[in-house]
Amino acid sequence: MSGPSLMDSLFQRSLEDLIKGLRQQLIGEQAFISKSLEEIRKEIKSTDLSTKSTALLKLSYLSNLHFHDMSFAVFPALEVLSSPRFSHKKIAYHAILLSFHDSTPILLLITNHLRKDLNSTNEFEVSLALQCLSRIANVDLARDLTPEVFTLLSSNKLYVRKRAVAVVLRVFEKYPDSVRVCFKRLVENLENSDPQILSAVVGVFSELVLKIFSKLAPLEPRLAKRVVEPICDLMRNTGATSLLFECIRTVVTSLSEYESAVRLAVGKVRGFLVDEDPNLKYLGLQALRIVAEKHLWAVAENKEVVIKSLSDADPNIKIESLRLVMAMVSEHNVSEMSRVLVNYALKSDPVFCNEILGSILSTCSRNLYEIIVDFDWYVSLLGEMSRIPHCQMGDEIENQLIDIGLRVKDVRPELVHVARDLLIDPALLGNSFLHGVLSAAAWESGEYVEFSRNPLELMEALLQPRTNLLPPSIRAIYIQSAFKVLVFCLHTCIMQGESIAPSASLDYLPSGVSASASYELFDDFSVENGADATVVHGQTRASAPITEESIVDLLNLVELAFGPLLGSHDVEELGPVSLSAQGKVCLPNGLVLKENLSDLEMICGDIEPSSSNSFSFGNPNEEKDGLSFSSLQIKEDSEQPHESTSLLAEHRKRHGLYYLPLRKSEIISNDYPPANDPTLQGDINDNADHLVKLTAESLVPKRKPNHSKPRPVVVKLDEVNEKPVAMKQPESRDNSLSGAVREVLFGSEDILPTSSQSNLSNSSKRKGKEKQHTDPHVESKESAVGDGNSSSRRRSQGKERRQRSPRKKNDEERKDTVQKEKKNRSGRHKSIQRAEEPLKVPAQTSVIPDFLL
Amino acid sequence: MIKAVMVMNTQGKTRLAKFYEYLPVEKQQELIRGVFAVLCSRAENVSNFIDAESIFGPDSRLVYKHFATLYFVFVFDSSENELAVLDLIQVFVETLDKCFQNVCELDIVFGYSKVHTILDEMIFGGQVVETSSSEIMKAIEEISKLEAASNAITLIPKSASGWRSR
Repeated sequence: MSGPSLMDSLFQRSLEDLIKGLRQQLIGEQAFISKSLEEIRKEIKSTDLSTKSTALLKLSYLSNLHFHDMSFAVFPALEVLSSPRFSHKKIAYHAILLSFHDSTPILLLITNHLRKDLNSTNEFEVSLALQCLSRIANVDLARDLTPEVFTLLSSNKLYVRKRAVAVVLRVFEKYPDSVRVCFKRLVENLENSDPQILSAVVGVFSELVLKIFSKLAPLEPRLAKRVVEPICDLMRNTGATSLLFECIRTVVTSLSEYESAVRLAVGKVRGFLVDEDPNLKYLGLQALRIVAEKHLWAVAENKEVVIKSLSDADPNIKIESLRLVMAMVSEHNVSEMSRVLVNYALKSDPVFCNEILGSILSTCSRNLYEIIVDFDWYVSLLGEMSRIPHCQMGDEIENQLIDIGLRVKDVRPELVHVARDLLIDPALLGNSFLHGVLSAAAWESGEYVEFSRNPLELMEALLQPRTNLLPPSIRAIYIQSAFKVLVFCLHTCIMQGESIAPSASLDYLPSGVSASASYELFDDFSVENGADATVVHGQTRASAPITEESIVDLLNLVELAFGPLLGSHDVEELGPVSLSAQGKVCLPNGLVLKENLSDLEMICGDIEPSSSNSFSFGNPNEEKDGLSFSSLQIKEDSEQPHESTSLLAEHRKRHGLYYLPLRKSEIISNDYPPANDPTLQGDINDNADHLVKLTAESLVPKRKPNHSKPRPVVVKLDEVNEKPVAMKQPESRDNSLSGAVREVLFGSEDILPTSSQSNLSNSSKRKGKEKQHTDPHVESKESAVGDGNSSSRRRSQGKERRQRSPRKKNDEERKDTVQKEKKNRSGRHKSIQRAEEPLKVPAQTSVIPDFLL
Repeated sequence: MIKAVMVMNTQGKTRLAKFYEYLPVEKQQELIRGVFAVLCSRAENVSNFIDAESIFGPDSRLVYKHFATLYFVFVFDSSENELAVLDLIQVFVETLDKCFQNVCELDIVFGYSKVHTILDEMIFGGQVVETSSSEIMKAIEEISKLEAASNAITLIPKSASGWRSR
C-alpha cells in the first residue's frame, strides 16, 4: 500500500473479505485480526460515510464473534447514524446495540437521531430506532422519547404498532411516568381485534403482572373463578402441546384449589409422562412436582412411571423423578424406600448416586428426623451408606451420626455397634471422603463405650496399625476415644474386683451392661440385673469378660500404639500447669486433695505391681517380648518395618474377614486393602417393581402400622438455632413500574406528587400489579396523579360516569385479557386465537394527555 | 423474555450470539463457553432442556436444538414456556432455510448481517413479535430492497474484491 488515504479507501476490505481472510488463515487468526483491527481504526476515522460504515460493520463482526472490545467506535457509530442512507443506519444501529450500554458517555447525543428516525415514514427505520430504544434506554432517553413512542402506539402500520407496544415495557421500566401517558393507548390496543397486536400487548401485560398473578389468584377468588372454566376448556380442546402445557402449569401453580381443574390437569400430565419424547416426560415430571405439594394423590396415581424414570438415560429426568420419589416418602415406608433407593445408588454413576444419598439424608433428617421411627435401622443405614464406593456425603453422615447420638439416648447401643463395624474395617481408612465418618465413629465409641458389647475389640480397632496414616485431627479423636475406652475398662474391672460378693452374674455385667458405669447406681443394677441378666445374656455375643489379663493386654496395646507418639514431633508436650492457673480452677465440692499420693497404693495395690524400674505398665513376665518405653525408642528405628508388618499380621489374624485373601508369594504391601465391591443384587427392574409394590401399600395406610417398639425420644437441644424459614422479600426493583401502573389505573389523590419519584418507586410496582387484576376500571386510566389538583378531580368524576356503563363489559374484557394472556404464551404461532366472546367495549373518548400541556 | 440467542458449532465456535441484556464481551465469551461445555456432554436422545441457573443466574432456563453441526440455544426466563421456545427455534431455522435456500453452516458464517436481521425480525428487545416465517420473509425482502436501493448510488464499488477479478 503506497499512499495512505486514497489507496486505503479504494481498497477497503468488505466484511466478506474479512470473513474469508479469517477462514483462510494465511498468517494465523490472531495476527490477521490485529491487522484488521488496525485497518479498521484507520478507516473509521475517514470522512467518507461509506468507508466508515463498512469499517463499523467489520468491527461489529469482530466484536460479536471474536469478542473484541469496540468501545472506541462509539462516536463514529453516531456519525454513521446521521447518514441518510438506510444501509448505513442499519449498520450503525447494529453497532450501537452491541456496544452501547447504560453508562456509555455519549448516550444523550443519540436522542435526536432516535427522534428523527422514530418520526420517519419508513417503517423499517422506525423499527430500527425502536429496537435501539428498547435495549439502551435509560431514564433520560425514555423520558425524552415517550411522546414519540406514544404516537407510534396509534400508528396505522401494524408492523410499527407491534414493535411500539413491545418497546413500551422497557420504557415503562426506566421511566415510570411514561405510564401515565402511554397506558391508555396501550389498552386501546388491547381492544384492537388484530391478533398480532393483541399478542404483543398481552405480552407486555404478562411481563408486567406475571409474578403477581399466581399470588393474586388465591386472594382474588373472582378472578380465579372466571379463568378456570376457559382454561379447562382450552385444555380439553387444544391441539397445541405447548398451549396445553401452559394451561397445565397455570392450573397447578395458581389454581390449585379447583379440584376438577387439577384433576383434568393431572390427567393431561399423565399423557405427557408416558410420551416417548423426553421433553414432554421431563415437563410432566416438573408439573407433577409442583402439584405434589398439595395433591399427593396425583403423584400416587402416576407412581409407576415416576419410579421407572429413575433409571432413565436423561439426567434431568432422573433428578426430577428422584425428587418426586422423595416427596412420596412417609414414615411408614421410609425404610423400604431407602433400601431400594440405596440399591439404585449402588448401580448408578457417581453423580446420581450422591444425589440419591443426599436426598435420602436430607429427607430423613428433616425436622429433627420426624419421619424416622426406628432409629436403630436408620443408624445402620447410615453405616451402610458410608460404605458405598462412590459416596461423598461423608460430612453429612458424620453430622447425623453425632447428632443422633446426642439426641436419641435409646439408640446409643446400636450406634456403638455401627461405629465398631466402621472402625474395624481397615479398607475404610483409605477413603478420604470417609474420614469424617470415621472420626464420628471413633468419638461415639469413646463417648458411649458403656453400651459396647466388646470394648476390647473397640480398643483394637481404634489402635490398629493403619490409623497412624489418618490426618492428625482425626487421629487425635481416635486417641482420645482409646483412652476413654481404656478408662472405662479399668473402671469396670475395678468395680468388678470390689463387688465380687453379690452375685456370680456380676462377672457378666461389664460385657452386657447397658447402663452408666457410675458406682452409685451399681447396687440398683445388681438387683435389676438379676432380671435383666437373662435378657442381657440373650443379647450378649461371645465377648470376653473384662478380666485382669485383658486389662493387661489393653495396656500393652496402648503402650505399643502410643509409645512412638511420645517421641514424635507431631505431638505437643503438655507442659505443667502453673500454680496461678491451677489456682483459678475452683475445687468441686466434696473433693479433698491430698498432697501426697500414698493413698494410691491402697487403691491400686491389688492390680499387678509394676516391678520394672521404668515407669511403664509392662508386665515383667512379658518383658522379653514386650517393650518398655526406653527400649522401644532405641529399637524403634531398626525394627520399625519389622514391627509394623508383625502388627499387621496380628491384626489380619484377628480380623481376617475384612481382608482380601493373601496370595502365597505376596509380601504384605503397605497399601490399604481395597474396599470390597458390593455384589449386584438383582435387576433394576425388579427393584422398580418392588418399589412400586411398596408404595402401593404405604401411600394410603389402611391401618395403623404396628411398631415393635415405640419411637424413642428425640431431644431438641435448646441451643440449637432453628432457623425460621426466610420470608421472601418482595422484589423492590419492580416497584417503580407497578406504582406508575397503579397510579394510572386508580388516579388516587393520596399519591404524592410526581416530583418525588423515589417514593413512587417503592410502593408503586407492587400496587400496580395488584390493581391490574382487581381493578375493574381498566379503561379509566386517567392518572389523577399526584398533583391533586382540580383537573384530577374532574377526571375522576368523569371516571365514575363511565364506570357504570361499561362495568359489565369490563369484567368480560378482563376475563378475556387473562384468557388471552394464557393463550398467548404458547401455541404454535404466537398469534392469538380469537376470544370466545367478542369484545363489545365502546370506543373511548380520549382525554387530552397530560404531557402535551 | 428471551435473554440470549446463541448458535455454535459442534467444535465450540460461535456462529451467532445475541444478548438481550447488556454484558461486556468477556462475560459473553465466558457464558458461551459455559454453555458449550454443558452441551457437548449431552447424549443424543435426551430432553432439550438444561438448567441454566449456574451459568446465567436465577430464573433462567435454556433450550437447545441440535441441527447437523450446529447447536441453536435460546436462553429465557420463566415468563416463556419451554415448549413454545422450542417451536420458536423451529421457526427460526425454517426462516433461515427459506432465506438461504437449504441453509448450511457456511451460510450463517458469511451471512452475518442477514442472520441478525432475521433474528431481529423475530425477537424484538427480548420479546417475541413474529412467529410466522412467511411474514418474516416478507419483511426481510423489503429490507434487502431498501438496502440495495440505498447502496445503488455508488457506481464505483468500494471494496477491493470488486476491483480484482477472481
